[in-house]
Amino acid sequence: MTDLLPTLIFYLFSAITLFSAVMVISSKNPVHSVFFLILAFFNSAGLFVLLGAEFIAMILVIVYVGAVAVLFLFVVMMLDIDFTELRAGFLRYLPMGITVAAIVLFELLFVFYISLAHPAALASARQVIPDAAQISNTQAIGNVLYTWYLYPFQLSGIILLIAMIGAITLTLRARPNVRKQNIAHQLARTKSTGVEIVKVQTGKGIS
Amino acid sequence: MEQHFFGSIGIMHYLVLSSLLFTIGICGIFLNRKNVITILMSIELILLSVNINFVAFSVKLGDLTGQIFAMFVLTVAAAEAALGLAILVIYFRNRGTIAVEDVNLMKG
Repeated sequence: MTDLLPTLIFYLFSAITLFSAVMVISSKNPVHSVFFLILAFFNSAGLFVLLGAEFIAMILVIVYVGAVAVLFLFVVMMLDIDFTELRAGFLRYLPMGITVAAIVLFELLFVFYISLAHPAALASARQVIPDAAQISNTQAIGNVLYTWYLYPFQLSGIILLIAMIGAITLTLRARPNVRKQNIAHQLARTKSTGVEIVKVQTGKGIS
Repeated sequence: MEQHFFGSIGIMHYLVLSSLLFTIGICGIFLNRKNVITILMSIELILLSVNINFVAFSVKLGDLTGQIFAMFVLTVAAAEAALGLAILVIYFRNRGTIAVEDVNLMKG
């Protein structure tokens, strides 16, 4: 019984992940694609928890569902695109796509089978996973990350900074004919420049 | 070190899963050749399958390095999604469409 339940949970999570991945690429509505992408990421996070990598699972949910998927949703809903036109040729590319995918799948499984059949090819551990009862997964990752991988960590921060600057410079545009609030201009107004007193003659109005 | 896997699930199960996910991502790139948004989502699927591989091998070998590299892959994936969508937005602003097959102005 203790063996059966995790097995069932693995098959459940992986089946939902694969199903939603298929729906991501085949759904007619891109909003549905984004939602299925979120579902796939949630179920993969469940698989990571099953593996004992809780920190990666939570990061996956936070980064993908919280940031990337919402970004996709914003872009899909912001752009006014005729998606039915973009789906033309879906069936035309189907045979070639399936052929290439089958070749890739065969090669991947072949390589995995070969490498697992020769356990010597798998090198010994350098950063041993400590006992989960004593040190939590997050603390163990922190110990290794900030001790042995400090420079790659800083580099990934720089990558994110460059991506942020790039996204801002790409999408920022100075639009003419847009009225913006100029607070200094507003505060510099005085009564003499802001108000004009006009004597209106009866029956004439102001031209 | 195998005791980290639960039940009768071994590393080959996770490798088959990630291979299938990778294949679905490749298939998505081929099938949706006109829709850049779906292509970007397929790339996210491919990176997710790479992450599953990293974490599965990390548990198999009892080595934390795999999980740390999965974090770096996540970082690059987030940066790539942000930049790709930014390029998509300005392309749509200039051309009024996102069909990738029309991106041939530079005759590359």
